[in-house]
Amino acid sequence: MDKKRGAERVQPTREAPVAQPSAKRGAEHHKVDLKGHSESWLRNHSEVGKSALAKLLGTPVATVMTVAVLAIALTLPGFLFTVLSNVQNLTQGWEGETRLSLYLETSLSDEDADRFSRSLLMRDDIAAIDYISRSQGMLEFKKYSGFGDVLDAMSDNPLPAVVMLLPKSKNVADLGLMRAGLQALPEVNEAVLDLEWLQRLDAMLAVAKRAVFVLGVLLGLAVLLVIGNTIKMEIESRRDEIVISKLVGATDAWVRRPFLYTGVWYGLLGALSAWVIVQVAWLMLETPAQELAQLYRSQFQLSGLGFFGSFLLLFTSVLLGWIGAWTAVRRHLREIEPR
Amino acid sequence: MIQFEHVSKHYDEGYDALKDVSFTLNTGELAFLTGHSGAGKSTLLKLVMLMEQPTAGHIQVGDQLLSHLTRNDIPYLRRSIGVVFQNHQLLFDRSVFDNVSLPLQICGYSPVDAARRVRAALDKVGLLNREKMNPRALSSGEQQRVGIARAIVHKPKVLLADEPTGNLDPELSEEIMRLFEQFNRVGTTVLIASHDLSLIRSMRHRMLTLKSGRLIADG
Ligand SMILES: Nc1ncnc2c1ncn2[C@@H]1O[C@H](COP(=O)(O)OP(=O)(O)OP(=O)(O)O)[C@@H](O)[C@H]1O
Ligand SMILES: [Mg+2]
Repeated sequence: MDKKRGAERVQPTREAPVAQPSAKRGAEHHKVDLKGHSESWLRNHSEVGKSALAKLLGTPVATVMTVAVLAIALTLPGFLFTVLSNVQNLTQGWEGETRLSLYLETSLSDEDADRFSRSLLMRDDIAAIDYISRSQGMLEFKKYSGFGDVLDAMSDNPLPAVVMLLPKSKNVADLGLMRAGLQALPEVNEAVLDLEWLQRLDAMLAVAKRAVFVLGVLLGLAVLLVIGNTIKMEIESRRDEIVISKLVGATDAWVRRPFLYTGVWYGLLGALSAWVIVQVAWLMLETPAQELAQLYRSQFQLSGLGFFGSFLLLFTSVLLGWIGAWTAVRRHLREIEPR
Repeated sequence: MIQFEHVSKHYDEGYDALKDVSFTLNTGELAFLTGHSGAGKSTLLKLVMLMEQPTAGHIQVGDQLLSHLTRNDIPYLRRSIGVVFQNHQLLFDRSVFDNVSLPLQICGYSPVDAARRVRAALDKVGLLNREKMNPRALSSGEQQRVGIARAIVHKPKVLLADEPTGNLDPELSEEIMRLFEQFNRVGTTVLIASHDLSLIRSMRHRMLTLKSGRLIADG
């Protein structure tokens, strides 16, 4: 009984060798199972990857020239992006210094104004206040403007009392809300946020960002073209190999593979060189920047590409290498058919 | 194994290279293809491995109708056919060994398995001691034999040879032809284009004769 069940179980596997002999000769004879197939696929990839790198290193002068061009094209946007992000860090520090000026109603008596300014101190969204009374304001104005005589001639002091606040929040939206709230108070004629120049700087930064982005796209295109053209020449020089491989049964993917790897290697080498250049440039800037920051008693610290920036640089460059190679291969490989 | 049905081939620049050719080569058969220079021998072989498309008619290799194959199928057809080219088509940027192992690399054989098969193939054509050399350093007869080793290394079902003895002396020519007979004896279907009539006649196999693109004799 046992034996029979065993035989039955074996049957499907026994069928295969029985059916095979008729179609057994030739390449199919070398039947590769799924595991063997993925194994040989992996082996092919690692071999092709290695030999593509070996070929690049085998012609060091040509490789260095190409990689240098790629590095320059990648360094420029990489460096400018880090400049922008540093400027942004810096202005974020400045936003903490933002002040709110409250111009009080001129109808308010000095005592009321003083009481109002003290009441503001109780609020927990304000870090500090500085009260400038009408007469104080007048004195300062006279001192700095040189219009003293004109003002003396006026019977009434035209200047309002001013309360300067240092808000606790550094968030632009919070500050806007706070300003509106204070403006609504009956004692306050006008509340002004000293933020305009910062907003202007932000707008300028946005323009600069856009410009760097456009530059980045253009230089990315240049990387694409350089790699595409290099691969095209590589294809030309290996024409015989391509023809013969196709004659003995190479698939398009097999023929394509070494060139795609070459493109990826170029992308990687270009990105690594660009990375080194950018980091070295920032290292050189670090000391003078720190001295400058000390002069201004700022906590500001320069940051280089950082983890995310480095990753982005490598990733885009490798991707560009792959795409450049792929388009070149797509355009030129089909033309090469055995005749 | 190979079946031609009213096959014609017209090259864009030129006249008809093949006109209404029909024949069947059975599995395990060996045949010679002969005819004057320009008769269409190479063209016929190129049609079998889809290096060219016929202008008219149908070609069947194994159970595959070639007109039904897509571009992606072509590599797999070619893997089932071994070809010895008239101009041997070797790569001079690598050793004899690497030239012969190219079809195996393409099919995804493991390096150990491939090395064993390459040595066996080189041994068959008597070039085992030349495996590390560059094919450029070989005589044209030796180059031809490297081409043969490459054609048989993956044990194809069909073996096509275009003037395999073109550069060989009579003695070596016969030896090579015997080699083809040997492959044929283990079941490979073999079609050899040659105009070495005296040698072919002496071997007593089926002979397809082309004249200006027409099949004028079969037997
Ligand atoms: N790619 C091509 N384009 C145009 N005409 C061609 C092409 N290939 C071959 N021919 C023509 O087709 C005819 C047959 O050529 P083929 O190469 O098949 O001859 P063959 O029998 O192999 O000759 P040989 O013994 O000299 O090798 C010849 O007239 C040749 O000029
Ligand atoms: Mg010919």
